[in-house]
Amino acid sequence: MKTVYARPKLLKEADFHYCPGCGHGIINRLLMEVIEEMDLQGDAICVAPAGCGMLLYNYFEIDVIESAHGRGAAVATGIKRVRPQNLVFSYQGDGDLAAIGTAEGFHAANRGENITVIFVNNGVYGMTGGQMAPTTLLDQVTTTTPTGRDAGLAGHPVRICEVFSQLDGTSYLERVAVNRPAAVVKAKKAIKKAFQRQVDGAGFSLVEILSPCPVNWKMGTLEACEWIDEVMVAHFPLGVFKEVPC
Amino acid sequence: MRQLMSGNAALGEAAVLSGCTHYFGYPITPQNEITEYMARRMPGAGGVFIQSESEIAAINMVLGASAAGARTMTSSSGPGMSLKQEGISYLVADELPAVIVNMVRGGPGMGSIAGAQSDYFQATRGGGHGDYRTVVLAPASVQELTEVVPMAFDLADKYRSPVIILGDGILGQMMEPVDFDGLVRPPDYDKSWALTGAKGRPAQSIYSLIFDVKLQEEKNWKLQRKFRLIEQDEVRYETYLVDDAEMIVVAYGIGARIARGAIKRLRDEGKKVGMIRPITLWPFPMKALRELAKSVTDFFVFELSAGQMVEDVRLALEGEGHIHFYGRPGGVVPMPVELYRIISRHYYQAHADGDRKQP
Amino acid sequence: MLTKAIISGSGGQGVLSMGSTLATAAMLEGRYVTYLPSYGVEVRGGTANCAVAVSDEEIASPVASSPEVVIAMNQPSFVRFQGALQSGGLLCANSSLVHTETARSDIEILAVPTSELAEQLGSIKVANMIMLGALVRASSMISYDAMVENLAEILGKGRAKLLDLNKRALAVGHDYTKD
Repeated sequence: MKTVYARPKLLKEADFHYCPGCGHGIINRLLMEVIEEMDLQGDAICVAPAGCGMLLYNYFEIDVIESAHGRGAAVATGIKRVRPQNLVFSYQGDGDLAAIGTAEGFHAANRGENITVIFVNNGVYGMTGGQMAPTTLLDQVTTTTPTGRDAGLAGHPVRICEVFSQLDGTSYLERVAVNRPAAVVKAKKAIKKAFQRQVDGAGFSLVEILSPCPVNWKMGTLEACEWIDEVMVAHFPLGVFKEVPC
Repeated sequence: MRQLMSGNAALGEAAVLSGCTHYFGYPITPQNEITEYMARRMPGAGGVFIQSESEIAAINMVLGASAAGARTMTSSSGPGMSLKQEGISYLVADELPAVIVNMVRGGPGMGSIAGAQSDYFQATRGGGHGDYRTVVLAPASVQELTEVVPMAFDLADKYRSPVIILGDGILGQMMEPVDFDGLVRPPDYDKSWALTGAKGRPAQSIYSLIFDVKLQEEKNWKLQRKFRLIEQDEVRYETYLVDDAEMIVVAYGIGARIARGAIKRLRDEGKKVGMIRPITLWPFPMKALRELAKSVTDFFVFELSAGQMVEDVRLALEGEGHIHFYGRPGGVVPMPVELYRIISRHYYQAHADGDRKQP
Repeated sequence: MLTKAIISGSGGQGVLSMGSTLATAAMLEGRYVTYLPSYGVEVRGGTANCAVAVSDEEIASPVASSPEVVIAMNQPSFVRFQGALQSGGLLCANSSLVHTETARSDIEILAVPTSELAEQLGSIKVANMIMLGALVRASSMISYDAMVENLAEILGKGRAKLLDLNKRALAVGHDYTKD
């Protein structure tokens, strides 16, 4: 019998702690598939965030360090400057990268650090129980925007790829989603491309991944996947925002 | 070769000679010359210098570089040190070596850019969140940096924990003759725990999050055992004219220099005053003070704060002896002659008090 | 013997380099020495000063709150620091710019027209070295001969070309004071 799909060897035989319908599990799997396919398991060092992705070391069969909330890009900078030959990437949520750690992400990008940021955008603070994120859409209800996000009160959802695309230090920026099979395939390609560019020394790369959080969105799993296409993508269009030839 | 160098520049040179390969920092007065020196010196020494976007970024770059196995340092002062505390807490929890320099300026708030000793509590009590201590080294001269800086890197690697060098604005700015001939580069320690990529070995990770409260407690006990070991083995201090002393001054860093000048004048008049100068503020020389208290009843604490180290002296003496205190909250530095007058007054008072235990 | 000097003037008059030159000369002579620049906003605000302490034994504090010597290269510095000077202390004033009529009566005044003397040498930039020559002559802080002998090392490679000019400037200040 032909094997068409198997669990990547680099994904440990551990149960994910993620909620039903969560996109993190898919993204975790994609990362390990890509690293395995690129044969980089001996080179990869992952910087895990504070937030839903913080237990990556329980799942990844590669070296992982935990970062304080928001500091992933700075920690990754420190590692990469010691070990320029390694594949160094940070895994950061929307609160991590677009709120508390904006400065670190922004300036790592601006310096053109040869690292990759995997930016998981699910529009909500998952781990702390569904509060507003910088990427929460207008009118979206969260536990800290009980009547929906009001721009006058809480500002606007932050578009990281668009903002970072203005920085001369960035080399590759793409926004993808993991809400349907075709999108997942695209997401995997984007991750692979970002990693390959780092291996080639092209400089800062970031893949933003729109990811469902049905539990905190108070939706069914399917509904959450559809909501990404129908609502989220309108504010966070998918596609390549920057690709500097290398 | 002796050369005239500022404390800040000499500290940078001593760090490079101690094997520091990665420096990350953000400018803040009065320690800018460290950052500037490293910017000039690191490229030629094959090291890395980054001017970070903030002190928070700098300490986290230090954390990353340390996790990857490098000997690494950052430096700051006042408000910048407050920002670094989160990262220092993580360094301790992750058991990562690093050297953090604080050229103390006046506070609180923006405070002043003049030298002070007002960050003693912050440095010796952990400073960030959680139940921890960091080794704190307090140099008193530019030349002493050539001993203290390698010691800091050595202790950091030996115990896999951050070490703080607590200077002050005057030490940083002041130029004094210094030679580096006696500086001994600390040995390299095994760093098989470092994250280098899982090549030829199983994957490994560095983290401090422990949900299981029993495991969290065990982790904390493990750290505490390390701290007890440091308290037992790494206390460093210097004594000055204590053998026949009837009063012992306790002072560190720039304060100890001023006190030394005052004590010389007191001795000229036959007043039997000596000094103990803690070089490690944590671990504090508790035993040495208790030992001195067997023969001396009067201790005079002098510091450029409204009274921080004096609490450690109280803890050390456990009710023994009489503690005199003179502090200035930083910026205004009393001259040795002023301190001499104040100590004199306390010395006479102590003599006038008939209840004192005779040595 | 401990002597402390405050060297003050406006930014650009070379007061910090005067201080570090004096300090380096003292170091090469084998004396204990500290040099403390005034720093921070003060440096950027147009005035500059530094404190140099020279001694035969370890120096406790590098701060000079009541120095034995004050050098004032401009009027604001004279006004600011003459009050700090110890009674009987030496005030070296750049008389090209400083009016010493209001000086305290309990101090010794050495007035040196450094700007005019420097212009005679062809460079206003060496006014500081002229003053340094005068100071060394009038005080016993360091040895003039040793300073001249070590001048190449004191100035360093960066100022090697200016060695002769600096040497002449020191001599001008020294000789002026002798007269």
